[in-house]
Amino acid sequence: MSDVVEKTLTALPSLLSLDSQPGSAKLSSTSKLGNLIRGITELTSKHEEEKLIQRELSAIKEQVSSPNTTMRQMKELMVRTIYCEMLGYEASFSYIHAIKLAQQGTVLEKRVGYLAVSLFLNENHELLLLLVNTVLKDLQSTNLIEVCMALTVVSQMFPKDMIPAILPLVEEKLNHPKEIIRRKAVLALYKFYLIAPNQVQHIHNKFRKALCDKDPGVMTASLHIYLQMIQENPEGYKDLTASFVAILKQVVGGKLPMDFNYHSVPAPWLQIQLLRILSFLGKNDQSTSEIMHEVLDESLRRAEMNHNITYAILYECVKCIYTIHPKSELLEKAAKCIGNFVLSPKINLKYLGLKALTYVVQQDPKLALQHQMTIIECLDHPDLIIKRETLELLFRITNAQNVTVIVEKMLEFLRISKDDHTTIDLVGKVAELAEKYAPDNEWFIETMNTVFSVGGDMMQPDIPNSFLKLLSEGFDSVEEDRKLRLFAVNSYISLLQGEPGKLPQRFLQVISWVLGEYSHLREDLEAAVVQRLLARLLDMKNCSSETKSWVLTAMTKLCEGASGVSVAQQVSETYSSSLDTVLRQRAQELQHLSQDSELRAKALPRGVGLEPVEVDSSLSFLDGFVSEALAAGAAPYKPPHQRQEELAGTKALSLEPYGLSLPISMSSCITDRQSPTLLSMSSGLSGDSTDLSHKGGSAALKLDGVKRVWGREGYLSHKEPVEEPAQVEVPSPVRSPSRQGEADSSHSRTPTLTPTPESDQEKQQLASSLFVGLGSQSSVCLMGKSEQTTQRFRRKAKGHSAASSTSEQMSNSAVSPPSTVDSLLCNNLLDSNITSELAVSSPKRTSQLSQGLAATNGTCDADTELLESDRKESKPAVITDSYVVAADPAPHADPDRPKDLDLSSHLPAELSGLSHSEITHLCTNQNLELSACHVQKEDSLLLIVFISNSSDSAVQQILVQVDSDELEVSCVGDSPVEVRSHSVAVCQYSLSVKRPAVHIELAGMVSYQLPAGSPQSAPFSYKLPLTSFIRPLTVSTEEYGTMWLAFSHDTRQNLTLISDDQEPLTATLNVLKRRLQLHVVEIIGMEGIVACRLLQDQPCLMHCRVHAGTLAVWLRSPVPDLPDCLIYHCQRALQGH
Amino acid sequence: MMRFLLLFSRQGKLRLQKWFTPIPEREKKKIIRDMTTMVLARQPRSCNFLHWKDLKIIYKRYASLYFCLAIENQENELLALEVIHRYVELLDKYFGNVCELDIIFNFEKAYFILDEFLLGGEIQETSKQVVNRCIESSDMLQEYYCEGETDFPGTWRKYHGGVYEQTCILTCGLKGIEITAGEEYRSRMYCI
Repeated sequence: MSDVVEKTLTALPSLLSLDSQPGSAKLSSTSKLGNLIRGITELTSKHEEEKLIQRELSAIKEQVSSPNTTMRQMKELMVRTIYCEMLGYEASFSYIHAIKLAQQGTVLEKRVGYLAVSLFLNENHELLLLLVNTVLKDLQSTNLIEVCMALTVVSQMFPKDMIPAILPLVEEKLNHPKEIIRRKAVLALYKFYLIAPNQVQHIHNKFRKALCDKDPGVMTASLHIYLQMIQENPEGYKDLTASFVAILKQVVGGKLPMDFNYHSVPAPWLQIQLLRILSFLGKNDQSTSEIMHEVLDESLRRAEMNHNITYAILYECVKCIYTIHPKSELLEKAAKCIGNFVLSPKINLKYLGLKALTYVVQQDPKLALQHQMTIIECLDHPDLIIKRETLELLFRITNAQNVTVIVEKMLEFLRISKDDHTTIDLVGKVAELAEKYAPDNEWFIETMNTVFSVGGDMMQPDIPNSFLKLLSEGFDSVEEDRKLRLFAVNSYISLLQGEPGKLPQRFLQVISWVLGEYSHLREDLEAAVVQRLLARLLDMKNCSSETKSWVLTAMTKLCEGASGVSVAQQVSETYSSSLDTVLRQRAQELQHLSQDSELRAKALPRGVGLEPVEVDSSLSFLDGFVSEALAAGAAPYKPPHQRQEELAGTKALSLEPYGLSLPISMSSCITDRQSPTLLSMSSGLSGDSTDLSHKGGSAALKLDGVKRVWGREGYLSHKEPVEEPAQVEVPSPVRSPSRQGEADSSHSRTPTLTPTPESDQEKQQLASSLFVGLGSQSSVCLMGKSEQTTQRFRRKAKGHSAASSTSEQMSNSAVSPPSTVDSLLCNNLLDSNITSELAVSSPKRTSQLSQGLAATNGTCDADTELLESDRKESKPAVITDSYVVAADPAPHADPDRPKDLDLSSHLPAELSGLSHSEITHLCTNQNLELSACHVQKEDSLLLIVFISNSSDSAVQQILVQVDSDELEVSCVGDSPVEVRSHSVAVCQYSLSVKRPAVHIELAGMVSYQLPAGSPQSAPFSYKLPLTSFIRPLTVSTEEYGTMWLAFSHDTRQNLTLISDDQEPLTATLNVLKRRLQLHVVEIIGMEGIVACRLLQDQPCLMHCRVHAGTLAVWLRSPVPDLPDCLIYHCQRALQGH
Repeated sequence: MMRFLLLFSRQGKLRLQKWFTPIPEREKKKIIRDMTTMVLARQPRSCNFLHWKDLKIIYKRYASLYFCLAIENQENELLALEVIHRYVELLDKYFGNVCELDIIFNFEKAYFILDEFLLGGEIQETSKQVVNRCIESSDMLQEYYCEGETDFPGTWRKYHGGVYEQTCILTCGLKGIEITAGEEYRSRMYCI
């Protein structure tokens, strides 16, 4: 020991005092840290600091590992280590000692130990497992401070796998008499909910109890969980709206203790949390929104003090008002409020004002008009952040008329911005705008050139991809396609003749592809010239090998004529010995194809569009090989993620002593692990790969759905020049109705009434060019809409088989209601009536829908029952009488009831014998009303959509499109195209699951035409539980065994047993069988195996074992997510029992 | 949800770091570097909000110390600014006229206060009284076990006077201000 002291004596004189004068330890312990800190500040170079800290760390290292070091000294050492780590020096040797300190120290030392642990480790660190026991012990301590410390560390980080070990203890703390303990326990559960939602699913009713806690602090903490849950599933918590409103009302009314005030504002954090929850609940839901209108009004009124915190509340309030179902009176107040933000001299408020405008402008573009001068000022603001936010706002109001000015502003910003993230984001936006609104070819190509050169190699790869796709697929007019391509070729040739060395790689790749493909369009240009230009690129130093192979491919397409061939030969010789195999391959291709023009014409036919290449994504041609290999004893293939999971699984196993239960007995594991049947193996494989291809496919389709207004003859430049230089007009902020009918926006501009001073003229001019098109024209509404649909399909549907193109259409037009609204606004819509009407048309469904769902063929009765019982048990303390009324969904559901009976008679005859879900109202648009239900057939699930026409005239050209991310939807039988007056037509869709989810949502769009009217459309959505798709799967125990091995996705969980029977296992399985339509394969002793399938043929196997009073369930399936979703439904089914 | 909170001096020296989500060490170092350069480069009187990757950075300077809080995109910026402010108030109440030195020499206390105020990236308790009661009850134990170990800031300032000339009280004249209207915050050199 004295050796140690001597060694460190020179560096740390104070160390001595610790050992020699134990009495003065109090003082010296801090002065050692003090000495260290002072020592550091006195140093002059980084190097010296490094030396000092290294010395310090080695001294600490020796001390901590010495057996004589007391916990008290350890605490002091730990503080110094934390300091060193903060300076950026690694001290991993101390981590284990931090855990030891938390474990063995007295309360005080423990506190530092826990702090060190929380600073040193994160929840993925393996050492954290050693902390579990300490936490367990402290949670059970009688000392409140120890319990607090344990809960604090648990809420900051805890290994996910170990949650079950401490969950019961944390749950218990929800009933603790001390509010601080309850609060921390709630936050710990919130943390668990975030990292492992499955684990805390069964304690949702305890969250309700926390929400009703008499201590406002505990209630506030529980809101974190509710915000999260409501964000994920707003439908499930509509019944709580009235409670949240009541709480907010009391908070705003100052009913909370003064303790919660912040600068005399009552509990602002709580207020904002509630406002955010309300906006999720009220989104697209009129009836729920109505409950909150009053309290929002009050919040706006009360928040009048001039202080940041009131502005924070106001901002959240405005956001909420614009998110929920609109109420004009509130919108007016909110708009005024935004005005206060925008016009504020405080820069932070201005920033938020711009942000609010960005948010609001989609619903109410005239607000941007009102503040146009401020926006112009912000565009020139010295603070880049403000500028950036202004551009974001302009991006939202871009239309075909102002696109050139806005894009120019964005490019200007891009040139000065140094932040990569901003560049990537903004470049993507410019590209999007250019594709949507380009006025002409020239502008488009030049803008894209700038995008490619500024965006460089950082930008999203889909920008060049979609640009090339656009060029190659072309538009309706062949002549226009040619002009565009020719212009691109010309522009690129001149770029290559300049200084191509400065261009980014991605741009060079685009250039070489375009030149290879289209340079023949320019007749006066010899292929050999292009060849030479391209060959020059190969010699550049900074040319990456990826670019080189693009260049070589382009050259291959171009080798025509003798001179071209000679260039090609030269190049191919250089690269056919390249070390890069891809380059070598390309060089070989170039060599052979340049010599054989016939072969080249076949391999690289010119002018043929991109016909899709048939790809067998399931790799089924390998099935034979696989089965042979398996028969020869090869191990079955496991995808990497599964291998990792299994590795993690074995880790988890070794932790058994902590009370983790193993859901499956080892013996059954081993017997099952023998030979998997080849059949199930390959089906599992191809199942996986098709799943992947689905995902890829849908992503590609979405890209197609992006509206491309750009094209043809640059149609807008013909209509209206974007900016007339001499014009000093601004769009008038206030619209007069007489002008609303005018379609051409330029005529709707009014001259400024007051003469403006010279200096302002420039700004006004800019304003007029920026805000053009936001002016008024109500008639454009329909025009805009129809125009939009034509634009949507303008791009040729090349390169898709018939089947995929129909699905593309569906996804195009049924993407989602908001996108329609969005694009409508971009098309110069100002009339807020129409916007709001559109926004209204989708909601309504809310509680009827959830009701309908709950009643679905009796499978989900559990849900409703549960909710009912929850309501009764746990009425939040702050709730008033109105709660019961508001939570009852009956009032607005009633009118639909008679219709339900009525409509069910329209069910097709062959389905009338089958059970169907309650008929749910989808949407109403004028006289057309849509309702739907689903029917469970043995081998399929049908969605029945009823279209009832209550008008006096027939509705024609009806097209109902249904789509879902999770489902494969196909139309069954003929869809009606016309519905006569006062009658009902029926569409049928067969649904099968692509990707399982707990609840599956369908989005749809109905479009139709009235005889004397223009085309109309309305969005709707429909939701159904996964259980509707579950059917029993009859297999034998042997088959089960082989299938079990083949499936890669699994999940495990402990469920509650039903104990009212003598045979809890049988009773529980019977409930599951009844509720979820599972097939019980066999029950042996305390174990049972159950099988089911997800339509059409996706098996899911379940292994149950009674263990320590719970049912340990292990689910396996070839389909990702299916086990997780199913376990959720099992839980609900058992809870409801 | 908040992602991290950093306290650093005008010279870019880190004084406190709290990470609310697991982040690898290398990434942490990069973030600290990015934050200090970004925030220190800001002109006075410019906006307190910044964009960084997909996060929003809210920063505020108190005397010689910068508080820098990263929040997720949908969070409320102004509220985050007040989170910082409340933390300063909490420190001030605990230390009494808190200055950078208090945080340097008693950084573990600053962490303890932070842990009572924010937990797992969310607000835990906003009441000054409650947080303080909590810290004090733990400190009481401390004094019971080893009396007088806590160092009081006043002595420290004297003790280290020469070295830390730049240090001044973070919340100059903060206490007892009732907000009426206007710019009283700035006038009190509250936010320099």
